[in-house]
Amino acid sequence: MSLQTWTYLTVGLTFILYIGIAVWSRASSTKEFYIAGAHVPPLANGLATAADWMSAASFISMAGIVSYMGRDGSVYLMGWTGGYVLLALLIAPYLRDFGKFTVPDFIGDRYYSQLARMVAVVCAIFVSFTYVAGQMRGVGVVFSRFLEVDINLGVLIGMGIVFFYAVLGGMKGITYTQVAQYCVLIFAYMVPAVFISILMTGHVIPQLGFGSELNESFGGGYLLDRLDGLHEELGFAAYTSGVRSHLDVLFITGALIMGTAGLPHVIIRFFTVPSVRAARKSAGYALLFIAILYTTAPAIAAFARTNLINTVSNAEYVSMPSWFRTWENTNLISFEDKNGDGRIQYVADPAVNELTVDRDIIVLANPEIAQLPNWVIALVAAGGLAAALSTAAGLLLVISTAISHDLLKRNLMPDISEKQELLFARIAIFFAVCIAGYFGINPPGFVAQVVAFAFGLAASSFFPAIVLGIFSTRMNKEGAVSGMVCGIVFTAIYIVYFKFINPAADNADHWWLGISPEGIGTLGMFLNFAVALLVCRFTAPPPQDVQAMVLDIRVPGKPD
Amino acid sequence: MPGNTDNLYWKENIRILTILLSIWFVVSFLMSVIFVDQLDAIRIGGFKFGFWMAQQGSIYIYVILIFIYLKMMDKLDRKYHHEEKDILAEEEAAGE
Repeated sequence: MSLQTWTYLTVGLTFILYIGIAVWSRASSTKEFYIAGAHVPPLANGLATAADWMSAASFISMAGIVSYMGRDGSVYLMGWTGGYVLLALLIAPYLRDFGKFTVPDFIGDRYYSQLARMVAVVCAIFVSFTYVAGQMRGVGVVFSRFLEVDINLGVLIGMGIVFFYAVLGGMKGITYTQVAQYCVLIFAYMVPAVFISILMTGHVIPQLGFGSELNESFGGGYLLDRLDGLHEELGFAAYTSGVRSHLDVLFITGALIMGTAGLPHVIIRFFTVPSVRAARKSAGYALLFIAILYTTAPAIAAFARTNLINTVSNAEYVSMPSWFRTWENTNLISFEDKNGDGRIQYVADPAVNELTVDRDIIVLANPEIAQLPNWVIALVAAGGLAAALSTAAGLLLVISTAISHDLLKRNLMPDISEKQELLFARIAIFFAVCIAGYFGINPPGFVAQVVAFAFGLAASSFFPAIVLGIFSTRMNKEGAVSGMVCGIVFTAIYIVYFKFINPAADNADHWWLGISPEGIGTLGMFLNFAVALLVCRFTAPPPQDVQAMVLDIRVPGKPD
Repeated sequence: MPGNTDNLYWKENIRILTILLSIWFVVSFLMSVIFVDQLDAIRIGGFKFGFWMAQQGSIYIYVILIFIYLKMMDKLDRKYHHEEKDILAEEEAAGE
């Protein structure tokens, strides 16, 4: 069978599976629509959380980014996993005990203030839209590269699928499709990784192959030593050493970690399990399932980088393998013979370098570079779509609940019936899908920049407000609101200045204390904590019933 | 009103969090970032130790930390009789 047929078959079958699950898991109450009736077993929630978390960026781009950053790529590896320890220990069990539907629910009730609730609603919607635009674009890109359909048509098909199961099943439909999507995406990620590890080092487990000796045909010696040597020859910094300052790496890792722990679409997954213990357990499962991909990614990065340099460096352009031409057609690889010798010079010096390689190639072309069969390549397409759709659905649900539940039911229209609220939730998700699709078709040029924004914002607003709300009975609305506002404003100004107003100055010489805009969320978080604790000392303590609520959520198993 | 046992439970909970988060901090920020170059002097197979911590070891330790937390809290909940009803298991039993 041709690659095209395989891809249509694999993608078609997975889509039928998702639609089947949606029909089977229709939601009939707001509790089912918002939190799947709080009836999801921990293992299923772990799988769903892992799929929810791992986006098109994790699946398609991360290994590529790590392969170009070398050791500095660890900011993403640790940043996007370390937050789960904080979630499991500081947030998930207590918010599960609180037992409502959304993050703004908690902020609004804990800080007995509609203002706090609205700040949380705006943050949740902003963060989620930022993210979802990238997912829809990812769907379009996978469609156009593997199925050779127009990007826009790809986005529309993706919108249709998400719309179907999100509107019909709400959180219940999303949860069980995410379980299926995790299985598809992890299988699609691991198969090529295992093959390439066997090919290059003889190890079945990529994580071990990563630290092993290369097969004779690849030149022998330890993989990482060989890679460091190649880098040195070509003028790149050694792969296993870093370029960024320790302080900056520290702050970026911190911002990604606290941001992860403060992202609403991740937090609400822990509202869907039946008990506090199940929330703790599902956080463990979630990170375990995430870790499988996140520890494989750096191995793929090193394999692919070595393989790429071996294949192209100083080789004749005419003798390049067929995958090189395929990806040249999509402009992901481009070659310009500057010195006219017909050979490819791939070096660090931009004046001499003749090859430009898009980072996404590392995952997308990996199966072809390793000469794997067509069905494996088709699998990568289905995996990329599963990663993008599962994350998009989780984000769209946050947007819809923020509007129907937090804005309408809990603030503007408290008298609406449950049936009306459910209808509003479905209408909200419809509009959210349309807006997300619009951004997928007309991607704003600043998507890459605003991702730093999403994490910085979550780290400097939600994370401190939630943690203080649980661990301090004394924290009041004045403290929490002023902390959130200071944290957000500080972080936002710093990012907007370097990313939009004066991008030319976005380098280590101009950064304050040498901290990049990606890492400034950590400082914003400290500022939030400091302001909140200070203001709270000089204002009235929260009412008795709020303090009692805090004491109650600290202890599991008590009747509500 | 909060009972005295609730206070003791909370204190022990905080102690567990302090221990586990200290390990988390040392692994994430000290071993994988600040002292990564010093640790790179140690080699394990083809890995420099600091590099391995930053790209592999830290993630494994995160997973282990959460499961240790789960076990420690189970023990604490039993000690203070805070076990919750297992709703899913009960329903399953009732259904059969």
